[in-house]
Amino acid sequence: MQDNIIQVTVVDREGIEHNLEAPTDMAMNMMEVCKSYELPVEGTCGGMALCASCHVYVLSDHELSEPSEDEENMLDQAFFVKSNSRLGCQIKITEVIDGLIVQLAPVNGE
Amino acid sequence: MIQTDILIIGAGPVGLFTVFEAGLLKLKCHLVDSLGQPGGQLNEIYPKKPIYDIPGYPSILAGDLTENLLKQIEPFKPGFTLGERAEKLEKTDDNKFKLTTSRGTIIYAPVVAIAGGLGCFEPRKPPIENIDFYEDKGVDYVIKDPEKYRGKKVLVAGGGDSALDWSIILADIADEVALVHRRTSFRGALDSVEKVMDLAQKGKINLITNAQAVGLNGDSVLKEIVIEEEGKENYNYQVDHFIPLFGLAPKLGPIADWGLEIEDNAIKVNTLDYSTNIPGIYAIGDINTYPGKLKLILCGFHEGTLMIQSAFKHIYPDQKLSFKYTTVAGVNGFE
Repeated sequence: MQDNIIQVTVVDREGIEHNLEAPTDMAMNMMEVCKSYELPVEGTCGGMALCASCHVYVLSDHELSEPSEDEENMLDQAFFVKSNSRLGCQIKITEVIDGLIVQLAPVNGE
Repeated sequence: MIQTDILIIGAGPVGLFTVFEAGLLKLKCHLVDSLGQPGGQLNEIYPKKPIYDIPGYPSILAGDLTENLLKQIEPFKPGFTLGERAEKLEKTDDNKFKLTTSRGTIIYAPVVAIAGGLGCFEPRKPPIENIDFYEDKGVDYVIKDPEKYRGKKVLVAGGGDSALDWSIILADIADEVALVHRRTSFRGALDSVEKVMDLAQKGKINLITNAQAVGLNGDSVLKEIVIEEEGKENYNYQVDHFIPLFGLAPKLGPIADWGLEIEDNAIKVNTLDYSTNIPGIYAIGDINTYPGKLKLILCGFHEGTLMIQSAFKHIYPDQKLSFKYTTVAGVNGFE
């Protein structure tokens, strides 16, 4: 692993896999990483867990921290929620998620 | 009919502050917003969140910033049309703009400032294939008159305050009320959660948890909802009405059809004065885009300030404008 860089994979809504490099030293989250690679993630609230527009499914078996009550509350406003649903903005880019695979959840009307 | 100098679409922080800058130049403003209250995202999404990058405020709650802005523009007596969406914008013969809102309010102005943020907040629609077809034929995203549901079979979906509160109210009115939610806990006020649980125990609300509505069936009107419930085969639930309450999400909406240059859901502007491709229409705050754009409240304040100087020249091309500091000239409002 390159210093301070991890690899993550994002499967977009067309099923295309994007292998992305993400820095661990910039306090980023998955929503921001997707946006910086211009993947179609809205992140309306800017990462406060106050909207559900960065809804993703975690496909790999990484042990992520449990979603907070705020995150669960916002997932209530999302659609197509599954047991592996998370808000991208609440997944911090750290070494423990190296190799993480997430899929963008469907967006209504797209 | 309303006449003003500057018609501001969007009563968020940037739209509000622009009233102040306009007022200093003796320009009157009228604001239109689809939400029922001023403040935009600040009040709709995060009223209790602290903001740290408003100059001069080490920390200020979003809702308090709105309060302060309203106080700051009070001397300039802006007009407000709230709870109405800016629908249609036309050019008039005398080189003005005519805006028609979703409720038919008409506003005339020589200058339009679009401070629409992320767009209009609209109810989130569940992604069910034929849901558009059943709108007003059994599917309602907003409850206007609860009496409509008297004696009917109603299924409410959602886990927040509005889903809980309406389920409680409808339990007394409708023939049958079901509440479908994706998990067993609710995020609403504790009091409402307890009431729903109590009504569920008494059999007045059919609480269906770990479940979601995934399909709609009927003929000319809605007849049944397909429910996906954990550990069960999908089943049909007979209803007259389906009321999905999943909060609001912003959509660019009718602004997209006004002939403005749009790029990635934002309006392209010239950074000289934040003018759009249509003379007399400006776009400020989160709704505009230009090289180097940052979606920050403080940038929106700057954009509104420069925009007003240009708007003055657009309205009064022959008048000279002398720039005055508020420390020198004070703030003289309208009588």
